[in-house]
Amino acid sequence: MASTKLRAGLLSALILLVLLGVWEILCQAPTSNAAAADDEYAQLMGATSQEARVPPPSAVFMHAVSELSQPFYDAGPNDKGIGIQLAHSLYRVLTGYFLAALVAIPVGFVIGMSPLMYRALNPFIQILRPISPLAWMPLALFIIQDSEASAIFVIFICSIWPMLLNTAFGVAGVRRDWINVARTHELSPLRTALTVILPAALPTILTGMRISVGIAWLVIVAAEMLVGGTGIGYYVWNEWNNLDLASVIFSIVMIGVVGMLLDLMLGAVARLVSYQE
Amino acid sequence: MSRYFVEARNLAKRFSQPGSEPLTVFENVNFGIQKGEFVCIIGHSGCGKSTILNALAGLDQVSDGALIMAGKEIAGPSLERGVVFQNYSLMPWLSALDNVIFGVRARFPQWSKEKIRQHSLDYLHMVGLKGSEARKPSQLSGGMRQRVSIARAFATQPQLLLLDEPFGALDALTRGVIQDELIKVWGETQQTVFMITHDVDEAILLADRILLMTNGPQARIAEAVHIDLPRPRRRDQIIHHPAFYKIRNHLVDFLVNRSKALQGTAPEADGFPTEINPALDLALDALHPGKPSMSPSKESSHG
Repeated sequence: MASTKLRAGLLSALILLVLLGVWEILCQAPTSNAAAADDEYAQLMGATSQEARVPPPSAVFMHAVSELSQPFYDAGPNDKGIGIQLAHSLYRVLTGYFLAALVAIPVGFVIGMSPLMYRALNPFIQILRPISPLAWMPLALFIIQDSEASAIFVIFICSIWPMLLNTAFGVAGVRRDWINVARTHELSPLRTALTVILPAALPTILTGMRISVGIAWLVIVAAEMLVGGTGIGYYVWNEWNNLDLASVIFSIVMIGVVGMLLDLMLGAVARLVSYQE
Repeated sequence: MSRYFVEARNLAKRFSQPGSEPLTVFENVNFGIQKGEFVCIIGHSGCGKSTILNALAGLDQVSDGALIMAGKEIAGPSLERGVVFQNYSLMPWLSALDNVIFGVRARFPQWSKEKIRQHSLDYLHMVGLKGSEARKPSQLSGGMRQRVSIARAFATQPQLLLLDEPFGALDALTRGVIQDELIKVWGETQQTVFMITHDVDEAILLADRILLMTNGPQARIAEAVHIDLPRPRRRDQIIHHPAFYKIRNHLVDFLVNRSKALQGTAPEADGFPTEINPALDLALDALHPGKPSMSPSKESSHG
């Protein structure tokens, strides 16, 4: 087993090296073969290539090192460190996400336990769920009149559905036998919910929470491109406007890394509450 | 006053079927259980044994008749009636010990944490699970899981213990070992037990009385067979008892032949099953050699 792990790691490194190598070679700036008598003069005369290029990985890496060496600098509204931008995005995602959990898990419990409530609420869920969260943005901006809160609302509305449906699914699927054990032990409905149904349904609920945090992190980038000001989504768009492609690529990688970390964290929690039948 | 601790009067279970007569699974079911008695019920699949047990547990309802325990009608689940389900029904996220604690805490909420723990440990050890307290059900074998389930039921010290084919899913060797555990725990606690089984030998080993059900639909309890074998019983010894095969043959004959022949026939006048004591027959045979045994015989001093 260990050797499989090692070999997989080596293969990953190899693939990475090949991809970066190809990228590096393709994106080299052409060397001027004209007599480099006066580079500055040539540049002024437009002799060098005017074509904008995707920066090679080496340039992106150099940029990443300088950005990550001071992630929290703040030099005015349009020049903040990557750490500050990510912190803003994380704050919005986590606020919206936990508010959604606060609503989705209790409501999911009710839907899962009561076939009546399931039937009554299902049409609303089915209509609201497929709506792109960004479609809510204009309405949210108009009603809430605050871009920060609107972004949080968009995260709330997109992360509520997987948690709600998974909670309902998990609660409805709790084995009849366990409920019967609770009944023969005369547990109150509240204690049944907390000591039998909740632990039984937690793995399914956690799966929903994991899907939700992934979606929330996808949506925050788009939402921040719209509302602007701060955050990693705004940062990407701002660097695009600056035509600083090294920054754009660097922030794309950072979005991936943070998303992965969020998923890993929820995965660890999911392992804690999982059980084997 | 009823002479029984638990009494079933004229139980019936019917399912309505669209477009035809309702299906009667069983009807005219009457029986009693005395305090401290171990009663087994045997019958073919579909005769409604499980429904009767679930009704006793308060988890299911009968269409007709009444179930009375200690002078009160059974209206719903209660801690006074512990249930051991065939599929163990342990909480897979709790350890063996915590599963027992789950029951004990519900039963004795006023006890201190330490007392609950100690009490649960005692019962877990009584079924031979010393050293496996911290293991999750998924890490236990089927036999060990059923022991945890039995420990949980006994630890709550209910007035009536209901066992729904508790050893049905176990292999024969494991079953024997756990039957011994059950005899031991029952001997120490003198619980009143009502148990479903499909295993004739198991019923003879454990029961004071065996209720025999005719086939369904329209099943009823036709006979109540007394097992007058001395206790404590051991699997390897009771087979040598002169009455053992008499009882066994009687039970097998019922299950193979008469359960079908008696299907749908009218019950006795009082509705209660015929009380039978094959061991007593044997004693009579010994007194009057040559006279053919008249099994199934009526024996009126019981019941």
